Amino acid sequence: MYDFTYHRPDTLDEAVKIFSDADDPQFMAGGQTIIPVMKQRLAMPSDVIDLGKIGELQGISIVGDTLTIGAMTSHAEVASSADVKKAVPALAQLANDIGDPAVRNRGSIGGSIANNDPAADYPAALVALGATIHTTSREIAAEDFFTGLFETALDEGEIIAKIAIPVPDKAAYMKFPQPASRFALVGVFVAKSGDQVCVAVTGAGPCVFRATDFEKALEKNFSADALDGISISSEELSTDIHASAQYRASLVTTLARRAVENAA
Amino acid sequence: MPVISLTVNGNPVTVEVEARSLLSGVLRSNLALTGTHVGCDTSQCGACVVHVDGKPVKSCAMLAVQADGASVTTIEGLAKNGKLHPMQEAFREHHGLQCGFCTPGMLMSAVALAEQNPDLDDAAVRKGLEGNLCRCTGYQNIVHAVLDGAKAMRG
Repeated sequence: MYDFTYHRPDTLDEAVKIFSDADDPQFMAGGQTIIPVMKQRLAMPSDVIDLGKIGELQGISIVGDTLTIGAMTSHAEVASSADVKKAVPALAQLANDIGDPAVRNRGSIGGSIANNDPAADYPAALVALGATIHTTSREIAAEDFFTGLFETALDEGEIIAKIAIPVPDKAAYMKFPQPASRFALVGVFVAKSGDQVCVAVTGAGPCVFRATDFEKALEKNFSADALDGISISSEELSTDIHASAQYRASLVTTLARRAVENAA
Repeated sequence: MPVISLTVNGNPVTVEVEARSLLSGVLRSNLALTGTHVGCDTSQCGACVVHVDGKPVKSCAMLAVQADGASVTTIEGLAKNGKLHPMQEAFREHHGLQCGFCTPGMLMSAVALAEQNPDLDDAAVRKGLEGNLCRCTGYQNIVHAVLDGAKAMRG
């Protein structure tokens, strides 16, 4: 890893200021992606701005029907939070199946979604749940936030502060983990709120997407059988050493059925 | 260069590090605590797991400067007064190691797992050790050791 200047600001304002004054800065959340990336010299920032001590980015709360999670909340904290388990148990389960325990103690929800790995779990949850990403300058709907392979709507120097999640009637997340990395080979998050059903898919393509045909069928009849005969095209899906696009397409239907059966 | 102060195995230490120094490297090179092993250096294998403020983390995926002000426990901090920690004793009893390279990280993960979960079973141990790879044992004796060590820790 190349050397850099390390900063550990106490406030978001300070973090934004350091970023704007630096040559080639990089924010760091839990560091579980950026540190390995810097070790491989795939990134060589002049300044690393550690967001780990910013109090404004911490904490989980429920007000009315909205669950709010601070961007620096670790996966372990989301997984063990009584509030999350009660409001959106599927999200607690999702967090509990990210990586491994040591990674979950450092990795954060904000860092994960800012990185937008095509096989990360949180993007599927936030899109399906209709979450809103609050940043230092604006609010962004999850569906508009994830824009492509490792790309988000975030501008230079913009920091995710918190994520607001409307509590659904029921939801479930099913993933087929890549057994070495535990990233999603495919992951499907299904959320039902009133008459509305949202199905979001991660791991299958270059970026999280909604399976709208599944949603229409499930809005008429929220049962696994409603998905009989419906599949998604493998055309835009990923093929790699672990799975072909056709296999991923098949997994989407299978996992969506299981998610509907397990929605709670 | 940044100067950090932390507590390592109960002892306060102050050490000058490069910003880019990994916690694993500082423990091993600056503090001569070579019980923490670096296996893969890519966050996969878990040989470098230590406790930071009581939580297991991969010390090869954390900067030493991030541990400024923290309390770190390494494998060297488990045994007390010359007596093995109950989890170490269980690994010895059950032959939960062969070459021993993964063992420091395996033990640190196992101790944290047992502390956090009063009712461990075989499946919970296997899930809890997902971040620790052993290329010798096939895990069977490790699982036996962790279940027994957890029981001994509860007393």
